Amino acid sequence: MLTRLLSGDTPRSGLLTALLLIVLISLAFAPFLFPGTKSLETAARICIFIVLVASYDLLLGYAGIVSFAHTMFFGIGAYGTALALSTTGPSYGALVWGTAAGAGVAALFALAIGLFSLRVKAIFFAMVTLAVASAFAVLVSQMSWLTGGEDGLNYKIPRELTPAFKLIKAKVFDVSINGKILAYYLVFFAAVILFLVMLRIVNSPFGRTLKAVRDNAFRAEAIGYRVVWYRTTATVLSAVMAALAGSLLAIWLRYTGPATTLSMEIMIDILLMVVIGGMGTLYGAVLGATLFILAQTYLHYLMGVAAEATSAVPVVSTLVAPERWLLWLGVLFILSVYFFPTGIVGRLRAGRA
Amino acid sequence: MSETAIKPRIEKIPLKEQLAQKLPVLLVPVLAAVGLIAIGNPASWLTLTVAGLAMGMMIFIMASGLTVVFGLMDVINFGHGAFVAVGAFVGFTVLAWLAGWTASPSVFMNLTAVLVAILAAMLVTGLLGLAFERVIVMPVYGEHLKQILVTMGGLIVAQQMIYVVWGPDELHMSRPEALQGSLVIGEAAIEKYRLVAVGIGLALFLGMRHILKNTKIGLLVRAGVENGEMVEALGYRVRRLFLIVFMTGSALAGLGGVMWGLYQETITAHMGSEIMVLVFIVVIIGGLGSVEGCFIGAMLVGLLANYTAFLAPKVALISTIALMVAVLMWRPQGLYPVVKAK
Repeated sequence: MLTRLLSGDTPRSGLLTALLLIVLISLAFAPFLFPGTKSLETAARICIFIVLVASYDLLLGYAGIVSFAHTMFFGIGAYGTALALSTTGPSYGALVWGTAAGAGVAALFALAIGLFSLRVKAIFFAMVTLAVASAFAVLVSQMSWLTGGEDGLNYKIPRELTPAFKLIKAKVFDVSINGKILAYYLVFFAAVILFLVMLRIVNSPFGRTLKAVRDNAFRAEAIGYRVVWYRTTATVLSAVMAALAGSLLAIWLRYTGPATTLSMEIMIDILLMVVIGGMGTLYGAVLGATLFILAQTYLHYLMGVAAEATSAVPVVSTLVAPERWLLWLGVLFILSVYFFPTGIVGRLRAGRA
Repeated sequence: MSETAIKPRIEKIPLKEQLAQKLPVLLVPVLAAVGLIAIGNPASWLTLTVAGLAMGMMIFIMASGLTVVFGLMDVINFGHGAFVAVGAFVGFTVLAWLAGWTASPSVFMNLTAVLVAILAAMLVTGLLGLAFERVIVMPVYGEHLKQILVTMGGLIVAQQMIYVVWGPDELHMSRPEALQGSLVIGEAAIEKYRLVAVGIGLALFLGMRHILKNTKIGLLVRAGVENGEMVEALGYRVRRLFLIVFMTGSALAGLGGVMWGLYQETITAHMGSEIMVLVFIVVIIGGLGSVEGCFIGAMLVGLLANYTAFLAPKVALISTIALMVAVLMWRPQGLYPVVKAK
């Protein structure tokens, strides 16, 4: 049953299973294990980014395509939900059709970009998506009548998902069960379902063909698979998944703006998460996203301590200043591309064999 | 022996094909003419055209290195923007040291200060290019996916290092006295600096063309683009040639960075990745690996960006994307495809 749920793609490593279980259990009981607003924010971010990073891995790790437009699809999903909620008011209907519209638009965009640039070269696609995504980000911040420009959109979500709503009077383990916790569980279960769906996709015959195309496109074509079709479908699927992750973010934050969804920084974060976690293994997305966001939230603090300790040494203290954490992740990123191209998950799996 | 040698038969290219080859060159005047009709007022058209050409020249300077590196070694450097930013910051520091020279009324002193700044920036970015090639790019030859990832990582690290060295704030980079202000021709006001930028860009393009067409090293580079293995088999060290080209490309990016910094007058650590969007569009339009294509692409993008910024400011960046799409519909490999799709 469990194997079936995981589509036959079990972690295949004791340590990896343990780590994944820790992540799963911590996220499933996050409101009770780690009470407090900040840790709940972090847990929800981790859930959303697991979906986002896994959808990027679908493209990068399984199809071997580098796209820089992933945040664009993420943003389209977020803005779809946000626009529906802000124009027609906080109803579940608006939430659903906004999400569906976002996913649909993302699919169309991905189809257009894919058909137009995947025929040539992987490098071409990377450059075209980079250009298109940055143009999109500029467009969104300029169409302020629709998108709120740089300020973004603030909107209401259905009342049942806000802190003002109390499900039951009594407290469970000292935590009051309010709408925020319901919203968290909406995000959590949606993330679990989307992750399992992606696991299903990559372990289907389609996923296998995708890997074949990645490893040797020429040969796959010769065997009779239409490479462009497979690549484009992978792009569209991953765009839809990213858009859904964007909708989850829009519901959770009750705010959507260019900085939280479309910025190049997020694109680079996703790239780092995929590579450090492990390309071509969806479990890598789980570990990568979890570690990265924990680092993003708590490494600042650690590096602050390190900077304090070394404040006497001039250069070192600037290098370990809390704002420079991305520097170290960048170095880690380069090293992991060279030495652990399969990331943490690949290491763990290899260690077992 | 020699008198019996068979005469090589040189096929004449039909006129139609010759025209088709020359066609992209005509795009630039056509675009300028369309711009004149759309804008209507010749004075503002002249101002915008000079601005567009200046912007195009600067983009060309930054993009040329990238495109030749790609053509020669099939390496795309997503970290190219880092050289642009580093060049601008080094230029800023040197100009700040030479504040006495830039503030003096003497044109000669001003230009010397700029020249020193440019040389310093090119030296630093050239050396940085050497390190970048050795440490970051060399282990991943022939693997596009890893190249994109690794050079992107290099970009992140370089940007963060800029923060470490120069601090996180954006800096104001002022032009020297002689390059401030504008010339007034009739009703059109043309900034002096833009004319200088057009001059430098044009000189560089002609110089590059000369080197590529008329010198041995240019011959080797062109041959390497066409068929690197064959050049290597003939006994030339393509790797070393490539290193030189990579360093030159990085130094040119540094030059572009200084010029762009003086043009915008503010510099940030992120300027590299912002400008890279335009650089990529230009490289794609021109055809990967082609210097001429890159030049025409840069002119088209510069002119179009300035015309649309005047006519409809909101769609300025979208218009360059539209241009890219249109060019790719017409010629899927760019204007002058040099490297065959592998």
